[in-house]
Amino acid sequence: MAARWTLSLLLSACLFWPACLALTPPAELPQPHNLPPSLGSNSSDGSLSLDLPMALRVFSVDYNHVQAPFEIVLWIMLASLAKLGFHWSGRVPAVVPESCLLIMVGLLVGGVIYGVRHSAPPTLSADAFFLFLLPPIVLDAGYFLPGKLFFENLGTILWYAVLGTLWNMLGIGLSLYGVCLLAPSSLGDISLLHCLLFGSLIAAVDPVAVLSVFQEMHVNDQLHILVFGESLLNDAVTVVLYKLFESFLRLPSVSGLDVLLGGCRVLVVGLGGLFIGLFFGLVAALTSRFTSRAQVIAPLFVFLYSYLSYLTSEMLHLSGIMAIVTCAVTMKQYVEANVSERSKTSIQYFLKMWSSVSETLIFVFLGVSTIQDVHMWSWPFVCSTLLLCLIWRATGVLLLTAVVNKLRRNTVTFRDQFIIAYGGLRGAICFSLVFLIDDFPKKRLFITTTIVVILFTVFVQGMTIKPLVELLDVKRKKRALPTVSEEIHSRLIDHLLAGIEDVVGYWGQHYWKDKFEQFNKKYLRRFLIREDHQAPSSILRVYQELERRDQRGDEEAPPLVDPRSHSRPLLPEEMDSIRRILSRNLQNFNNKQTPAYSRHTLHQDATMDRTRKPLHRHRSLGERYTFNTQGEDGEFSGSRRGRAGLSRSHTVCSMSPRPVLQDSSVPAATSQTRGLVDPKSSAVRKEQISPHHQAPDGRTPKKQLSFVLESEKQQ
Amino acid sequence: MGSRASTLLREEEIEEIKKETGFSHSQITRLYSRFTSLDKGENGTLSREDFQRIPELAINPLGDRIINAFFPEGEDQVNFRGFMRTLAHFRPIEDNEKSKNAAVSEPLNSRTNKLLFAFRLYDLDRDDKISRDELLQVLRMMVGVNISDEQLGSIADRTIQEADTNGDNSISFNEFIKASFVVRGNCMT
Repeated sequence: MAARWTLSLLLSACLFWPACLALTPPAELPQPHNLPPSLGSNSSDGSLSLDLPMALRVFSVDYNHVQAPFEIVLWIMLASLAKLGFHWSGRVPAVVPESCLLIMVGLLVGGVIYGVRHSAPPTLSADAFFLFLLPPIVLDAGYFLPGKLFFENLGTILWYAVLGTLWNMLGIGLSLYGVCLLAPSSLGDISLLHCLLFGSLIAAVDPVAVLSVFQEMHVNDQLHILVFGESLLNDAVTVVLYKLFESFLRLPSVSGLDVLLGGCRVLVVGLGGLFIGLFFGLVAALTSRFTSRAQVIAPLFVFLYSYLSYLTSEMLHLSGIMAIVTCAVTMKQYVEANVSERSKTSIQYFLKMWSSVSETLIFVFLGVSTIQDVHMWSWPFVCSTLLLCLIWRATGVLLLTAVVNKLRRNTVTFRDQFIIAYGGLRGAICFSLVFLIDDFPKKRLFITTTIVVILFTVFVQGMTIKPLVELLDVKRKKRALPTVSEEIHSRLIDHLLAGIEDVVGYWGQHYWKDKFEQFNKKYLRRFLIREDHQAPSSILRVYQELERRDQRGDEEAPPLVDPRSHSRPLLPEEMDSIRRILSRNLQNFNNKQTPAYSRHTLHQDATMDRTRKPLHRHRSLGERYTFNTQGEDGEFSGSRRGRAGLSRSHTVCSMSPRPVLQDSSVPAATSQTRGLVDPKSSAVRKEQISPHHQAPDGRTPKKQLSFVLESEKQQ
Repeated sequence: MGSRASTLLREEEIEEIKKETGFSHSQITRLYSRFTSLDKGENGTLSREDFQRIPELAINPLGDRIINAFFPEGEDQVNFRGFMRTLAHFRPIEDNEKSKNAAVSEPLNSRTNKLLFAFRLYDLDRDDKISRDELLQVLRMMVGVNISDEQLGSIADRTIQEADTNGDNSISFNEFIKASFVVRGNCMT
């Protein structure tokens, strides 16, 4: 019912707005390099006003005055309403990726405009795309990049992005040239360079659509970061290659030296963008240090500096995408330490909002621009392009994975490879790049082909990827449903492995990462972060975060399962409920996992490295005691262990973050005075282990990390 | 830190550790530098506090028990050899080792020894049986407060039911091995 309501709202918006446009006199097709997006020309000169000569106009409508912003707002409003309706429409989001819907809306609107005005609807100008629509998306991607996971997989990501794109580009370009040679009558005037140029732009994989489908598919984080990172970097690679080939096309002839110079240029462009991003990121971090007195404008600096880095590198013909991503990644940790909570939230929300709007607009425009009368069709070219895209991507992924799996600890499984290959959807970047090509006789053919490829991949591949993956999964699942004991054991082993990794300092083993962390701590953090915000230890930060989450309240409602007797075997639905309980409650083991990135939602802990519900210890486990190493016979009668006479080595040692925090500032000699010293309530003080531990009175009811302050555990 | 580490660990020690645990030379030196960085008291051994200083272990539900596993019975300090011996369990099994004949004593990182390590996390009193209580404790550690005692009890019962073949209402090591057959893990092949 709500869906119908919004749908009708949507339709009325759809009809209202083209009506507006139809009222203005038909505009000519705007030139490709117009700024800002020209949604209609301003050439009409009549304002609709009551024509009372020489008298005061009581009521007048002056559309031209507000035309440009009005239309922009209407576009955005239309797209957002479509999105709203989409999310309210029941089962549709699960089947159809959001980008499909947006393209369909665009097609609809384009059709309406075309029908009303009998001329082509406005198209997206490439400048508008690159200067206004692309930066928010890339900035959002860079800002929410899960840093640790990204750098851990950086090699693989670079491998896929750079080599994969090169492979695709060369493969598609050369094969298309072969196709053109085979059909000289219709396609004879397409040169090799043109084919390579086309190959470079059609190889650009746009994961926006795939990522929205990923939500439904329970993709593991490793795959997520691979696809995500690959798309980020390969956008940069694509744009660079495209510009390279375009400049080749402008040269009278291409020699070997030019190719070499081209290669150097790619390197310069990439690294240049990186350095510009670094520079602006550090300046932004430094600026944010001083924003304590003007907190409201702190988020503004984030956006300004990022955008500035993008524009600067575009000005110098370097890679703007690399710059803005680097800028975001660099400044993130310092800015977030410097600004207030609210500013942090504002930054995140604004980023999400803007990137959402941008992406919506792009897809709507894509749909609208499809309805044009400039299409040139050629069966062999279009069909072969579609086929070649699929083939080359698949082979590329297979080959690259075969090589990279030998060097990685976690292999990329076949299911993952399939998702990467099949999920190579093309999107808006191809579309705008194709418009930028210098005019030549077959340009329209390229445009048409690009549109067909985009529509095909987004609709067909986007909608079928989920069922196909489920088909693959089902084949795996058929082997065995994990029993309860397996789940528990595997969870135990996961915890164990995570613990051992932490002991070994697996993350710190990487020499450069270690070095960087030291450098970071010593110089960068001191310089770039406000003094009072430099957290003394990571434990304190974790503790504070857990406290904060504690106070926000635990939202888990206890599941309702009937108590049952021990002996009778459990029915399947009881098994299911047990499994559900376990999956919801078993502590998420991997402290390196971050929640899956989503362009459309904001995970609360997206920026925290440790995302964990506070684990309240059950009272049966007793209080955690500090272990007295001075040889006292620690018989912990305070906890109901169920085993009499446990020898000391088997008793559970305790940990509490506060003593350790104290430890970092106090020499390690005093192990006895290490008790639960609450800086706020000194009443809690355990000085040494005593067999009959009594809870001190006056303990504050304040929740502490992993303590359930309930009844005393006297035995 | 790097240079200090390599001078304090003698070559013959490295060789012995290599033979015993199977780690490579570079792995041993790296782990030694980690050992020394954890060893704040600089006396060549680690105490429990040194482990507790690792922040992630504080959050790990099994952190206490993992730390425990490093210390041999009745001791409070672990030296580098003991440290390596425990860690040796987690070395991935290499292909060339799989073909070793049974006559050679089982390497520390064999599948059986790995499972024994995991088994010991449950079995605190080392009686080679995981009783219902011990299972409950571990479950409780991993699960938190949202599950009532009865629910947890039934889960524990179910677990024992699935694994127990000789009907003694506890899981012996052999039953554990059988139950863990399909459990996957990065270091468990």
